[in-house]
Amino acid sequence: MSAADKPGAGKGASLRSPLSRALGHGSAKDGVGHWWLQRVTSVALVPLTVWFVFALVTLPSLEYAVVRSWLASGWTPVFAVLLVLVTCHHSVSGVQVVIEDYVHEKSLKVAALLLSQFVHALLAVACVFAIAKIAFQAVA
Amino acid sequence: MRARPLSPHLSIYRFMYTMALSIAHRIAGVALSIGLLLFAYWLMAAASGEQAYAAALGLLSTPVVKIMLAGWLLAFVYHLCNGIRHLTWDAGIGLEKHEARRSATVTLVVTVLLFALLAYLAFLAGSAS
Repeated sequence: MSAADKPGAGKGASLRSPLSRALGHGSAKDGVGHWWLQRVTSVALVPLTVWFVFALVTLPSLEYAVVRSWLASGWTPVFAVLLVLVTCHHSVSGVQVVIEDYVHEKSLKVAALLLSQFVHALLAVACVFAIAKIAFQAVA
Repeated sequence: MRARPLSPHLSIYRFMYTMALSIAHRIAGVALSIGLLLFAYWLMAAASGEQAYAAALGLLSTPVVKIMLAGWLLAFVYHLCNGIRHLTWDAGIGLEKHEARRSATVTLVVTVLLFALLAYLAFLAGSAS
């Protein structure tokens, strides 16, 4: 319990009943943060994904040398890493909302959320590692 | 404690086609999240070397996977267009019923056009042809 939740703390008494505090229902005080970050990542992904998809489909081919030299050139790896990180954040928070909306059985919900978060973390690290490796090998 | 009603309570609304766009946004989003697995596999293969990449490209050029790639392209274009529609709502624009229905039509038309362009570029003229 934070100081602000204590009856009589701060400017006025807390309007939450002792029972509601004990049960822990209601706002955990970071709901707006989650909502806002979904919007920030959405806005960022508009130019990032449009750039990446157009660049990818207009490559002369998807052959090894073509893809590697593109991914290693100029600012491409920088924006590719940015794309991967923002995409994974957007994806994990979107999947979280879907799981919370449709999976009501508590143990199943927690398991699904954990799995989604672990897989997204793995994907983010793998993609960043891959882009960095391609970029640095091209320099060497 | 008595079970409380939980969001989303879908059963109390009469069906409108704007609802189909809403659920399609989620389905496309989840599909794209699953597509990240294949994207990461492709990137890791490109980073691992020529042999690993040849195997990945072999998988990506099978007809079934090509159809799936087209599906992901459609999901991306739709989620992008409808996502922009959602962002305008977040800015407080276009929330009236007739405006939301008009923007639904605009979203679908732009989705079809952009998908046709990208599919042409990718599969007929471009890198995946």
